Order: sequence, then C-alpha cells, then structure tokens
Amino acid sequence: MAVSYDNSKAIFQGIKAAGITSVSALPETWLGLLLQHADRDPSVALIQVAKEEEAIGIAAGAYFAGARHLLLMQNHGFLAAINGIVSLAQLYGVPLCMLIALRGHWGEPYPWHTRGGIVTEGVLRALSIPFEYARDPKTVGRQILEAYTLSQSSLSPVALLLTRDLMED
Amino acid sequence: MERAECIGMLYPDLHDKLVVTIMGACAQELYDLGHRENFFYLQHAMGLASSIGLGLAMHLPQERIVVLDGDGSVLMNLGTFATLARYRPRNLVHIVFDNGSLLSTGGFDSHTTSGITDLAAIAKGAGIEHVAAADSIMAFGDAAIDAFARDDLTVIVAKVAAVGPNHYGMDLALPENAFRFKRRIDERRKA
Repeated sequence: MAVSYDNSKAIFQGIKAAGITSVSALPETWLGLLLQHADRDPSVALIQVAKEEEAIGIAAGAYFAGARHLLLMQNHGFLAAINGIVSLAQLYGVPLCMLIALRGHWGEPYPWHTRGGIVTEGVLRALSIPFEYARDPKTVGRQILEAYTLSQSSLSPVALLLTRDLMED
Repeated sequence: MERAECIGMLYPDLHDKLVVTIMGACAQELYDLGHRENFFYLQHAMGLASSIGLGLAMHLPQERIVVLDGDGSVLMNLGTFATLARYRPRNLVHIVFDNGSLLSTGGFDSHTTSGITDLAAIAKGAGIEHVAAADSIMAFGDAAIDAFARDDLTVIVAKVAAVGPNHYGMDLALPENAFRFKRRIDERRKA
C-alpha cells in the first residue's frame, strides 16, 4: 500500500485553506508527502522537531505570537507528548490543532504499530480532547478548518485523526 | 554564584524582551523582582521552555526572546538543542542555570552534578555556534552582554549553587499569565 499522493495534496490544500501559516511536525511515512508540500510552500513555515513534545512548546510560542499553527504527528508521537499537552496546553488554556496519523488501527499489517493504534482513541477520551476521524479527501479540508476553529474557541487541544482510508491508496 | 544574582543582573535588560522561565525557584526569583506582562512562567511541562522560546522567536523576528532554563528541565528535552541549532533563530538567548540539582522537587542530584554531564558541550555538539559556559558572576555578566549584543542564537550555561527562595507563590493564576502574556505580545505587534 502506498501513501496517497492525491489525498496528501488534498490535506495540504485544506491546511492552506484554513489559513495555517505555520506547521510543526515529526516526519513519518504517512505524513511524508504532506511535509514535502509544506516544505516547498514559502507561505508555510515548517518546523521539524526531534520529538513531538517539543512541538507542543513550539505551538504555544506560535499561538502567543499570533500565528495560525498546526501540529502534524503520528499517534505514537501524540502519546509521547502527553505531559506537554496536559501541563502546558490544557493547564494554561493554549489551543492545539493536531493532525494525527492513526497508525496501528483498522487494516494495520505491522505489529509494532498496533498497541498505539488500539489505545489512541481511549487516551484522547481520557484527556477530554475532542476528535474526529478524517476518511474522505472531499471533506478533510472542512474538518481541518473545524478542528482549528474549535481549538481556538475552546482554548484546548483538538485532534483530527488521519485514517488509513485517507492516507493510503 | 547564585541564580538569583544572575537573574537580578539580567532583570533591568528584560523589560523590552519576551521572557520564558521554567518552574519553581527560577520562576519565583524572577517574579519576586517584579512581575512584568512580558514574562511567562512555565510552572510545569518540564523541558518545554526553550521550545516555547523557539516558537516565539520564529514567529516574532522583531522581538528578542530570553529563555531561563535549568539543568533538570533541559535534560528532559535535550533534543531542543538540535532543533534550536537547525532553525537558529537569531533573536533567541537560551540561558541554562545548572545547579546540578532537581532543587524544586527535593534537591536530588541531576546528571550534571560534579561535572559528569557537560550541557555546554552538548549544546555545542548539537550544532549551536555561540555557547558560553560561566562559573562566576563576572563571566556570566560578560556572556549575557555578548549574547544580547549578538544578532544570533546563543546558549549560556551558568554554573550556580543549588539554593532557591524560601517561599513559593504568585498572585497570578496560570491561564491568567498566558492570557496576559499573549495580550502584551499582541499590543507590541500592533504598536
């Protein structure tokens, strides 16, 4: 299964249409084409991190600075970032718009992704983080804008889960 | 030297910069000198002060950002040195107070105790060009003057005694600090 070129492009167009000008990311397979788009677009600042929790701090700095920022990460990176999400974003009322590649879920062939995939939804619920699944390239743009809008109005983390249906051809 | 001396020396120069501090003693010592709306105290989420600084610096090139960090915090996010080096914000000064101790959480030795781990060498090895190590108040003052005059990313590792304030507390709720900090930045951007 290959990462979908067209759908990666649709997601990036959705990010642009939502007025996002700044993206933090830790590269991973499903996000690779998306990051190439971001890297080539001079109107989007792309900041790659060494570990996803850093991106929570960077997102807070971007928010304080008035930038429209979005975080791209894999669900295992989300799991690695939880203290930052809880003790910076939720504690201080800092919005986070997170696009999370949902690896290890329906159809996952690789054993190493599976535990993270199985627990991701439960962890999001435990943290009271609102989330939706993105499955369709026709609606993902609207979902990105809605996620961003809710993060800003609620001053909270919000997650859009990028599923296999969307990310693979 | 004591961290409070260093912060006291910096304080007059912080009024026109955006300042992010770590939790505990460092935050308290800055607050006790007099809170300003351009100060943000990261009272938890250890390790992320420099990441907040990077986010501010990259999106506010017209501002100067100062991060007051500590050995215990920065050891939780050593990758930050590599990310800072990669993006090299020219308006960021990252000061790490190294007291070799997890002072605010009980005074346990950190990995830098007795010079086992050299944070300045780590910063240098991560690719940060301007790194100063200071073990006296004179050396710290010189490093700070150089850093503020330089238009480039600078890390200062200051060896300080493992002592802190005898009290903790601020008349500032955490979200209130965030809201007011953001508002001050908005005002400065529009000014």
